[in-house]
Amino acid sequence: MTAPSKPLLEFRNVRKSYDATEAVAGVSLAIAPGEFVALVGASGSGKSTLLKTVNRLVEPTSGTVHFDGESIESLPLAALRRRIGYVFQSIGLFPHMTVGENIAIGPRLLGEKLEDGRIAQLLKLVDLEGAMAARMPDELSGGQRQRVGVARALANEPQLLLMDEPFGALDPITRDALGERVLSLHSEFGLTTVMVTHDMAEALLLADRVLVMDGGAIVADETPHSLLEGAGGEIAQGLVAVPRAQADRLAELAR
Amino acid sequence: MNDIWSALLGLGDKLAAHVLLSAAAIALGIAVALPLAIWASRAPPVARAALGFASLVQTIPALALLALFFPILLSLRAVFGEGLPTLGFLPALLALSLYALLPILRNAVTAQANLDPGVIEAADGVGMTFWQRLRLVEVPLSAPYIMAGIRTAAVWTIGAATLSTTIGQPSLGDPIFAGLQTQNWVLVLAGCIASAGLALIADALLGTIEKGLAARRRALTFGGLGAVVLGVLAALVVQFGSSDDDRIVIGAKGFSEQYILARLIGQRLEQAGYAVDYRDGLGSAVAHRAVSSGAIDILVDYTGTIWANEMERTDNPDRDTMLAEIVDWETRTSGTQVLGRLGFENAYGLAMPREKATFGMFETIGDLAARGQGMTIGGDPEFFERPEWIAVRDTYGLRFAARRNFSPTFMYNALRSGEADVIGAYTSDGRIAADDLVILDDPEGAFPNYDAIVLVAPETSEDARLLEVLRPLVGAIDVEAMREANLSVDREDNKLSFDEAARRLAQCAGLESP
Repeated sequence: MTAPSKPLLEFRNVRKSYDATEAVAGVSLAIAPGEFVALVGASGSGKSTLLKTVNRLVEPTSGTVHFDGESIESLPLAALRRRIGYVFQSIGLFPHMTVGENIAIGPRLLGEKLEDGRIAQLLKLVDLEGAMAARMPDELSGGQRQRVGVARALANEPQLLLMDEPFGALDPITRDALGERVLSLHSEFGLTTVMVTHDMAEALLLADRVLVMDGGAIVADETPHSLLEGAGGEIAQGLVAVPRAQADRLAELAR
Repeated sequence: MNDIWSALLGLGDKLAAHVLLSAAAIALGIAVALPLAIWASRAPPVARAALGFASLVQTIPALALLALFFPILLSLRAVFGEGLPTLGFLPALLALSLYALLPILRNAVTAQANLDPGVIEAADGVGMTFWQRLRLVEVPLSAPYIMAGIRTAAVWTIGAATLSTTIGQPSLGDPIFAGLQTQNWVLVLAGCIASAGLALIADALLGTIEKGLAARRRALTFGGLGAVVLGVLAALVVQFGSSDDDRIVIGAKGFSEQYILARLIGQRLEQAGYAVDYRDGLGSAVAHRAVSSGAIDILVDYTGTIWANEMERTDNPDRDTMLAEIVDWETRTSGTQVLGRLGFENAYGLAMPREKATFGMFETIGDLAARGQGMTIGGDPEFFERPEWIAVRDTYGLRFAARRNFSPTFMYNALRSGEADVIGAYTSDGRIAADDLVILDDPEGAFPNYDAIVLVAPETSEDARLLEVLRPLVGAIDVEAMREANLSVDREDNKLSFDEAARRLAQCAGLESP
């Protein structure tokens, strides 16, 4: 590891409870610029809720989140969100706008018009033809739509990319290709990325830091390498065991 | 067929008024419903309260809702001053807007609730503010559904607007009410065809806009919108392009005699160079207040009606005393001028077919009290609520097996077909002679006197020339002439129009042109 830099994102004792249940139970965590962090856990472990406290789609019951050295509550909500790219499972392309208009929406909110050339460039980044800009979302396949979703998230040139189960609804081939694409964009633009997934294999292959959540708390904070070497405790290892067993059986079949 | 065509062609003014009233009511409905829907989408209790209120309004019959705005506006005069209109356009507009609220509100709230949550999350996620999200996402996605609600509201409103005739607002209801009164089906049909046609056209145009919004085709949207705007503009031109505010407005309650007398007065005024307009089909209480508040200029009313309903008197003096007290009361309370008696009386009386009266030996109302308990009594829609009826009932101790309301025209049919045994008839009605009916004697004098008198609104009565034009009418019309005129529009064959009947009545009464 290099010398610890100032964190881009910091959670300070963040709690979120709904009535009797505690979705996030006091998480403290720092994420450095340039990190690709995967938040892994079973359904209901609180990973999605924790992610959404960053762009304030969820307001914490107590505790604070700091982004680039400032408490996010001190920033105007819309301004904060425009600095953060957000990609999520149901994609949420605006059905009444063309692909190009969807991608240009972030800059448009800031009063800027995104050039056609720039839209084509963003489409190219996610392996889509520039001509796609004139299409309507309902003419696209699921994979193409999520590619547009990623392009839209990058249009404002954000420092931070939040992804909530981004590839959950995609077929395995598209999922693999788009994951690789996102990883290379992460490196190319020096992004800081936080991705929520329930798929440990995806986390191990894409992230350079894996956080395992259970019952609203972070129970493991390891590199993929150390997880594969058995670190992180029982719950983390339970999650790692699944892809490992699959890999072993595939290797056996191939023999 | 030709009759209907010519009746339809004569409806231009009514159609224009109908279009303007409906368009204004829908516009006001939209202006209230949409902000309410936005608020409701953010606050579920508001949604429940607003939808609950709008549904409640729908349960009130349109006719009652229209009438309710008269006392409401009258009491609001305390706040807004005497200039606040209580009849005509304003109450009709308010009542119809309330009616239009529900479909627009319900569709707007439903459309908001059914928006894809993923799309809303994305709108928030890209950093839209409240207004940006509304303008860029929620409104465009809800627009087709809201438009469907506006379409429903438009069809309802255009239909219900025909009822605004009863509160003195000209509309396509005028020919319908006038035609129903005299069983002139050509007029009824013409009014119905015109309002149904208007509703269909509005529905088609708004449907085009809805389609344009759903398919995101601007040509359709703006084409439909343009056609609607053109239609409303055309109505504006017809309504305000030619007319002047100096028209003398003559009111008529909803029965034949009133329509004929209004035309008789109108024709005289036109001959004298006045421009006139008619407000037909007014309810009895509405009509009197309309003339005393100046909403209409001239009305023929009846002494007994004013005595019992407006002055709330229960005693029954002789006719000269009664008239003198009415003149005094009108002058004191509103400044309305009583021009004088027309010369005939249109009293309420209890009428039976001669055969039935002879067979049962009914001669007086007392006989009816003694032996008529098994009978059915019919009356016009207001008859049983009127103090005169209550006085007669209590004086003689009348009791019947059943009582039924009919429109005045159908009342006589009911007597003929046996659906009523005795009715509250009008003594100047031509059908009393034509149908061979007997008016039962009223030895106790429980029914008051009903001399027809001409009332002139306070400000209008300052026009001395107008009063001179009308003065020859005083004492000119006897009950025989009135009965004949009434029969000429009420009979089933060879019906005369109100205008024609009025001309013949003027001739018969020996009135010379002013």
